[in-house]
Amino acid sequence: MEDEQSFSDICGGRLALQRRCYSPSCLEFCLSCPRITLRSLTAVTCTVWLAAYGLFTLCENSMILSAAIFITLLGLLGYLHFVKIDHETLLIIDSLGIQMTSSYASGKESTTFIEMGEVKDVVINEAIYMQKVIYYLCILLKDPVEPHGISQVVPLFQSAKPRLDCLIEVYRSCQDILAHQKATSTSP
Amino acid sequence: MVLKAFFPTCCASADSGLLVGRWVPEQSSAVVLAVVHFPFIPIQVKELLAQVQQASQVGVTVLGTWCHRRQEPEESLGHFLEGLGAIFSHKPWFQLCRERGSKSWSCKATHWQGPTSHAASGEDQVMLIFYDQRKVLLSQLHPPAVLPDRQAGDTTASAGGLAAVFDTVARSEALFQSDRFDEGPVRLSHWQSEGVEASILVELAKWAAGPVCLLLACLLSLVSAASACRVFKLWPLSFIWSKLSTCEQLRHRLEQLTLIFSTRKAKNPAQLMRKANMLVSVLLDVALGLMLLSWLHRKDLIGQLADALIPVADHVAEELQHLLQWLMGAPAGLKMNRALDQVLGRFFLYHIHLWISYIHLMSPFIERILWHVGLSACLGLTVALSILSDIIALLTFHIYCFYVYGARLYCLKIHGLSSLWRLFRGKKWNVLRQRVDSCSYDLDQLFIGTLLFTILVFLLPTTALYYLVFTLLRLLVVTVQGLIHLLVDLINSLPLYSLGLRLCRPYRLAAGVKFRVLEHETGRPLRLLMQINPLPYSRVVHTYRLPTCGCHPKHSWGSLCRKLFFGELIYPWRQRGDKQD
Repeated sequence: MEDEQSFSDICGGRLALQRRCYSPSCLEFCLSCPRITLRSLTAVTCTVWLAAYGLFTLCENSMILSAAIFITLLGLLGYLHFVKIDHETLLIIDSLGIQMTSSYASGKESTTFIEMGEVKDVVINEAIYMQKVIYYLCILLKDPVEPHGISQVVPLFQSAKPRLDCLIEVYRSCQDILAHQKATSTSP
Repeated sequence: MVLKAFFPTCCASADSGLLVGRWVPEQSSAVVLAVVHFPFIPIQVKELLAQVQQASQVGVTVLGTWCHRRQEPEESLGHFLEGLGAIFSHKPWFQLCRERGSKSWSCKATHWQGPTSHAASGEDQVMLIFYDQRKVLLSQLHPPAVLPDRQAGDTTASAGGLAAVFDTVARSEALFQSDRFDEGPVRLSHWQSEGVEASILVELAKWAAGPVCLLLACLLSLVSAASACRVFKLWPLSFIWSKLSTCEQLRHRLEQLTLIFSTRKAKNPAQLMRKANMLVSVLLDVALGLMLLSWLHRKDLIGQLADALIPVADHVAEELQHLLQWLMGAPAGLKMNRALDQVLGRFFLYHIHLWISYIHLMSPFIERILWHVGLSACLGLTVALSILSDIIALLTFHIYCFYVYGARLYCLKIHGLSSLWRLFRGKKWNVLRQRVDSCSYDLDQLFIGTLLFTILVFLLPTTALYYLVFTLLRLLVVTVQGLIHLLVDLINSLPLYSLGLRLCRPYRLAAGVKFRVLEHETGRPLRLLMQINPLPYSRVVHTYRLPTCGCHPKHSWGSLCRKLFFGELIYPWRQRGDKQD
């Protein structure tokens, strides 16, 4: 069953949270980030080309113009492939683990899977980010050496950066599944 | 409670039969390895499983039944399948079912209570996870999970559940040896059941590898014995060998070749990768060296180089002479102490004159030497680059000498100044206590000390300027040599085989797994597809990087500046076994 809601991120951009419930033990959250706008793309291209034209009038070398076009193209490709994240997905499977996928604007996907045995808890943390105090959702990993310690904190939805209302939605569903997982793992 | 069943994708279209695999109780998961088809005799199936269990140390058992049917289930088949549960008792007993031509699967796992109890035996929910058997068999997880006991049984301690799946599939090779063309008593379906694949070239290479390795190992041991003989340990030769980076590089390559062609088999996959990386690195090196050689010979560059070498050396010497004339005058408007200036300048000019005479003496032999050196490029590009670095060091030997003279002079001056400064303030250095103590000097001591101090202070700018100029020149030469060494290190340490493997067969180097949820209908079990998440390139380089000679700078920037200020000699890199100066 699918569910779509609209939230906003910490800068005020619009985010869409899609929630898919495959079964009581398997949930998927897909958070789509604001897309790259035509306005920003045009602005960057115009700035680069104006700067190149300015240099050209100074140096009278036409290589600068071709270099500017080349740089713009490469920069755009690099940005779409390595920087701009289109949507982030969180898949929780009871008794298997938690998987985070980031899909870039060029289609590249980068996935990380954490097994349930390593997950201690999923919490909402506060952090100071630039001049703001923001909330973020993170997974706490167990320390193999110390039973009550935490070895690593893995933050989720780092590019989308949703606000607290969206995080609470995701947090509630995660906790349901984790609680169910803990209950069944302790029983023989 | 949710049970997990790992099912190979190759068996999804197999005929009905029994599921054979391993049950991991700690993760409540069943790893299905193969399907045994009807007809079969239970005794023979049990014998086969016992054989496999002994050969592979994996607890392989019958896990349940697999039913691939057309439309509705026939009643008799249903009862027959349940009856099998009584013969091969296993808790829990899986019953997987798939309708032919559609995507609807059903599975249930029952805990068989026994024929006497008619109450419903507990049923659990099952989650189906499909995996590609061939890829999981061939892949290696990074970091390698240390699975403790390799004994028969299901010991998996706290190793992650997925590492156990990989381990199970990798160890069950004995089960995958029989294919459907065998006339064995039991018919199995797995990834190799269409026929075991092999390549003729690979088999031939494996046969040929034995004697070739033996031959090459003998040759290499002869070479190492020759190089380790006593003649080379005598003083002048051993000193020269330790200073030349070419010898270091040759020794490194010899070690690598000995390791590659040693007749001992690699103990674990990491060693095998290291051997493969070394071999590819050596081959690439030799290929690049041969390309360089052919390029040099095609344009007769060696002759041109030999002709150009003497004029270049002359030109460098002339530039140095101009520099010294400039220092002897009024460099940058500074006023030097004329007497000291003339002494130092004349001394260095004579040194240059000696050097030029030496170069002119060598000029008839240069072309032949260069030709032989060019031949050494067929040993590898790294050897050629090391020789280039050594030639640069030899040609700029006079700059090195000037640097040493200037540094020593400057160092003496600084020490003298600091000691006389202490005298000027009425203190002295206490060697016993390693600290500065006050001391009462006689009048004549104070007088002479202050006089000497003044002299040294006024001579300081001259010495400092010479020191500065020659240190900068020396640093320039050191930078050029450093860049060449960096390139040599790069060629030596880059794991090309691993990078190629990551590019062409990404499933072989796995950082983890990723899951995809397949089409789901309510009422049907959850189906997931498990794929291998390949290792990122940066981690491949980091994990499989080859060890290099280890000649990298040992100073931090702070200590380097301190040494420069006090005039201590800097040796940018140390070869192995060098003593501190």
